[in-house]
Amino acid sequence: MTQINYRQVIARAISDAMAEDDRVILIGEDVGAAGGAFKTTVGLFEEWGGDRVRDTPISEQAIVGAALGAAITGLRPIAEIMFADFAGVCFDQIVNQVAKYRYMSAGQVTVPLTIRMANGAGAGFAAQHSQAAENWFLNVPGLMIAVPSTVEDLYGLIRSAVRENNPVLVFEHKNLFALKGELPDKETGVVPLGVADVVRAGKDVTIVATQQMRHRAVEAAELLAAECIEATVIDPRTLVPFDDAAVVRSLEETSRLLVVQECPPGGSWGASLVSRMMTQHWELFDAAPVLISTDETPVPYGAAMEAAWLPSTERIVEAARTMVAY
Amino acid sequence: MPDATSIDDIPTLETADPPAASEGLLASMTRIRVFEDEVMKLFSLNLVRGSTHLCQGQEAVTVGVSSVMQPGDTMTCTYRGHGATLALGSDVDRCFGEILGRVGGLARGRGGSMHFIDPDRGALGSNAIVGGHLPLSAGAALSAKLLGTGSVCIAYSGDGSTNIGAFHESVNLAAIWKLPVVFVIENNQYGEYSPLASTTPIARLADRAIAYGIPGVFVDGNDVVSMAHVAGIAIERARRGEGPTLIEANTYRQQGHSRSDPATYRPAGELEYWLAKDPIENLRRAMARSGRWTDEQVDAIHTAVTAEVVEAKDRALTWPEPGADERLRDVYA
Repeated sequence: MTQINYRQVIARAISDAMAEDDRVILIGEDVGAAGGAFKTTVGLFEEWGGDRVRDTPISEQAIVGAALGAAITGLRPIAEIMFADFAGVCFDQIVNQVAKYRYMSAGQVTVPLTIRMANGAGAGFAAQHSQAAENWFLNVPGLMIAVPSTVEDLYGLIRSAVRENNPVLVFEHKNLFALKGELPDKETGVVPLGVADVVRAGKDVTIVATQQMRHRAVEAAELLAAECIEATVIDPRTLVPFDDAAVVRSLEETSRLLVVQECPPGGSWGASLVSRMMTQHWELFDAAPVLISTDETPVPYGAAMEAAWLPSTERIVEAARTMVAY
Repeated sequence: MPDATSIDDIPTLETADPPAASEGLLASMTRIRVFEDEVMKLFSLNLVRGSTHLCQGQEAVTVGVSSVMQPGDTMTCTYRGHGATLALGSDVDRCFGEILGRVGGLARGRGGSMHFIDPDRGALGSNAIVGGHLPLSAGAALSAKLLGTGSVCIAYSGDGSTNIGAFHESVNLAAIWKLPVVFVIENNQYGEYSPLASTTPIARLADRAIAYGIPGVFVDGNDVVSMAHVAGIAIERARRGEGPTLIEANTYRQQGHSRSDPATYRPAGELEYWLAKDPIENLRRAMARSGRWTDEQVDAIHTAVTAEVVEAKDRALTWPEPGADERLRDVYA
């Protein structure tokens, strides 16, 4: 098998999607000749040419809106908006146009559109280049949201997103760019939207986490195992649709829910998950659920501040320990 | 650099003989006028929910442009978009049905007055966010270019839209990629309640084209012959792969912004000035002057179209509303 990292696998996924369907195009700032601001699209321009791999002006509204217009008229565009924070610049296009277009037409149009953006903190990009922005879109019916954590999931979810006949936001965590994995197979490596990955099985506590936090959750689970506390770690992989069933199956065994997220608690996917589980499956719980979040501040720049802002492996271990002792 | 008024010698109803197609143009404009008048009545009967934005007085813009579009061409428009959609030939009863929130509506009553859509006729949607549809219009043109369909997208927007960021981004993108799109600004003199001069520091919106390196044309939007001429040149230019044109159609919103607006902010005499330049009357006068149509023939068009529209309205009123369960459909494909 070929080793590849999280950064490099993006171009592979896009290239394989383009090979599969000649209606697939990629548009965004510097995605073409420059190979992407994060070098995630290297080689695509040379391989597929300037018609299908198109550099745009710094115009996020035009990027997303043009991709929408192309999607409803026969293409299957992938739009890149670089840092996920810039989704704020084109918020109207995503939440009022892309998300609502099919509904407003009573199903007369479909929106096969993928929007990729680089997400998350931990690399010192400061407040306007670091937010885990997926939570902004949870309250917008019509969108699907993918939050891949591994090389294999990133590849497989991009492939699914491009095949999907609905708009899918794909958040690529930029603090995972160096993460290594195996290059997935073109056919078998496609990961369906809405199916969680049970990363690790254990009977004492269910830890649900995405992206950077999933890796810290696995690390925490290994430390907990040394104390004879066995944690299940579930990575939902997509927030919309969310694989509630996978969490319920685990709670039936563990009766304890610990959710770890890289964002403040209010209006977040973790808060929603805790709410759904408590209101729909309260009989499964032996302890109050715990939601580990960041501080309720913008992402700070300085290394010590940013490290403290992000939920740490130690916080996860401590919370699990307390829950199990309860 | 293209001149801001780069189409010279635009024919007008004063200078040119009305075309043979005048009967169809008159019928189309009258259809929109009667439709909008009927919508006002439906509102007063409390049969319409929310708000509506009417386009009486602006009919020559969309009818003129539509008359030179080809099958396969696409169109996007604003929440004041009944006329643009009707001008493309959408069924009148389905248009009423949408405003009435009935199952026979263009979108089964899902969208209402501000969300007309009729993809089979190229109407890709009216949009309730000012300028929100302009990026989408560039995207439809991108599809046309990459798929080689030869189609052109007409993107209508109001004068107010030229001050929102999406306008700038869309026209710039279309210009840099030479997309087959024609931006038609319906300058009806008011952005909601504010007169254009209070929000916009230039008198000619067509001049904004200079900033994008594309042709900009100012045209009398109450003259259907002028509109068709200018739009035809812009559309063929786009079809040849030479990129977008910005057309400023100078016209007037004879009603207020929405049903809640009595338009008391208008200066004295302004409405009368524009009523004297009414686009439908302009064409009727020209047809009569030409001697090729009798008054009776022209009146007969009005009578027939009025009957057709009223009949369509009555038909739409017989359609049921969608059941409450329909609200759950079509969020996802």
